[in-house]
Amino acid sequence: MPGKDSAAASTGHPAVVIDSVSKTFRLPHQRYSTLKERALHPFRSRVFDELKAVQDISVQIAPGEFFGIVGRNGSGKSTLLKCLAGIYRVDTGSITIDGRLSPFIELGVGFNMDLTARENVIINATMLGLTPKQARERFDDIIAFAGLEEFIDLKLKNYSSGMAVRLAFSIGIEVDADVLLVDEVLAVGDAAFQHKCYQQFERLKSEGKTIIFVTHDMSAVERFCDRAMLVEKGKMVTLGAPREVARAYNQLNFAGVVHEAVEERRHGDRKSAEITRTWFENESWQHVSTLSQGEFCFGLFEVKFLEDMQDPIVGWALHTQSGQTVMAASSQFERGETGAFKAGETVVVKIGFSFRFSAGQYSLSPVVARAGNAADIVDEREHAATLLVFATRSTGGLVDLDQVLEIKRA
Amino acid sequence: MSAITVRNASGNERSATIRRTWTLAWVLAVTEWKLRFYGSFLGYLWSLARPFALFGVIYLVFSEFAKLGDDVPHYAVYILFAIVLFTFFGEIAGGSVQSLVARESLLRKVRFPRLVIPLSIVLGALFNVGMTLVAVLIFALLNGVYPMWTWIELPFLVGALLIFAAGLGMLLGSLFVRFRDIAPIWDVVQQALFYGSPILYVATMVPEEYRDVYLINPIAAVLTQMRHAMVDHNAPSIFDAVGEPWHLLITAVIVFGSFALGLWVFQREAPNIAENL
Repeated sequence: MPGKDSAAASTGHPAVVIDSVSKTFRLPHQRYSTLKERALHPFRSRVFDELKAVQDISVQIAPGEFFGIVGRNGSGKSTLLKCLAGIYRVDTGSITIDGRLSPFIELGVGFNMDLTARENVIINATMLGLTPKQARERFDDIIAFAGLEEFIDLKLKNYSSGMAVRLAFSIGIEVDADVLLVDEVLAVGDAAFQHKCYQQFERLKSEGKTIIFVTHDMSAVERFCDRAMLVEKGKMVTLGAPREVARAYNQLNFAGVVHEAVEERRHGDRKSAEITRTWFENESWQHVSTLSQGEFCFGLFEVKFLEDMQDPIVGWALHTQSGQTVMAASSQFERGETGAFKAGETVVVKIGFSFRFSAGQYSLSPVVARAGNAADIVDEREHAATLLVFATRSTGGLVDLDQVLEIKRA
Repeated sequence: MSAITVRNASGNERSATIRRTWTLAWVLAVTEWKLRFYGSFLGYLWSLARPFALFGVIYLVFSEFAKLGDDVPHYAVYILFAIVLFTFFGEIAGGSVQSLVARESLLRKVRFPRLVIPLSIVLGALFNVGMTLVAVLIFALLNGVYPMWTWIELPFLVGALLIFAAGLGMLLGSLFVRFRDIAPIWDVVQQALFYGSPILYVATMVPEEYRDVYLINPIAAVLTQMRHAMVDHNAPSIFDAVGEPWHLLITAVIVFGSFALGLWVFQREAPNIAENL
């Protein structure tokens, strides 16, 4: 990824500078205190809960940059956007914006269902910062872009939700601003209209407009953003390339998920050896319970020998949540001879592979067996460790391998 | 304390803000106006129906049954004027109470000068009172009230009420965001003002020893002057009605004081309205 910060440097100063911005909400325990209460207890200080919605966030955004703010619900991303828009006042820190800032964060604000599309366009465009004259001049463009020429005198309540959204979007992109703020917008419209929206984003980008948008949709982040930022509990956790941020977001999202306990079953006589631990590691040998699809992965387990053993068979099986075995690895397939082990010795067996299976929960079942023709299991622990795998795309298939697509004319 | 700095802000930023405030207030007021009669056949006529119906009842009860207005010339015209002006006052002051809370989604999603909201309410009330007053003036002429040059005082009377009502409206609206009890309290106060102002009767019926105190109420003062200027030139003007003319200063202080207080509180609360909603 080329350094996007250099873009800011090349054009002089950044479009938006957010400098250690914090915003705290004071939430009284009883939301609507009555005057009577205040009159009866004038000196009782009211109890507040402090909600630190945004804590010390600093970032610079270059002109023409498409910047994503991602985070889970309640992470503070929308509060930050409202601070940017000037709807909320920041407690500390400062926000500097170079150029005209769009005054809205949501499309279709102030739409009135009882008025016609024509009236709503003028009202909404005025709310969004156009003069009524400009709004009338651009009216035809707006309607044409939305593709609603036949319905301009229809009351908005007779519009389908998709039509209303198209109208809202068409007005939104007509706004004269250098910096646009958008809160969750792309998940609407039919495929053809979405395509038009994407083209508009490209156009705005090429015109050097800066777009800051808040979303949950990681595929949109990867598709449009030059850079993104992950916010969690009001703090900036990651700032960087969209892919990185999307991955961090997924990790964060799944870290909180409590793994469904899969009942562990154990087989074998455990006379000669015992499996003491089972776990997963990622490519940098960190103990993990979540993994991103495509990453390299190790399934490990620790074996403690109780008796001397010659060439024991070690291996594991990987199961999906529904119990299907998607992969099995064993010393039997690879080499047969594993060596001699003394009683009291402890070893770690480590089998690595590139994780190409689809997103979901997997479990690992390690096994130790005596060498020989018939499998003589010493210890087998079914579902001893679980791993949650997430992906930025869902193919619906069991595996997602690298693929090549070609279209040739006959 | 900190703020959002927008660089490259040109010198006419201030005038742009003022223009935007007006434009938005105008658009909002016109929209509300359109919606008010949405779906009704008679539209504007309904806005006349209410004051005229109320007038009909009051006139019947107080003039015909109670014989209250026998010595008041053009009593019917006076009642009608008084009702229309008081409705105008109530529309601004009372209508402002919930105005900010009702426009929550707008306030939370768009940055605009918060003063737009009270301004749009004032504009809407002006549309209404303007159209109703036309009908009332016609009624007055039909009733035999002779046009007087003092009729040009009408805009000033409306203006005085507007300043008083707008001040109260801004105060009530911004306080209502935090204290929801403002609404029932104001209901009672407005009701008290209705009976405490010369609407069902005229100010000269108030015993003289109470009259100066009575006329401290700006609505009473405006309606008394209205009677002199609009309905009956022989009725005392506000300066004649009051015993000590300097008492009128108190009335003026109340009018402009409530406006200043309302504006101050509103502007102080404005940056925090979105998060307190």
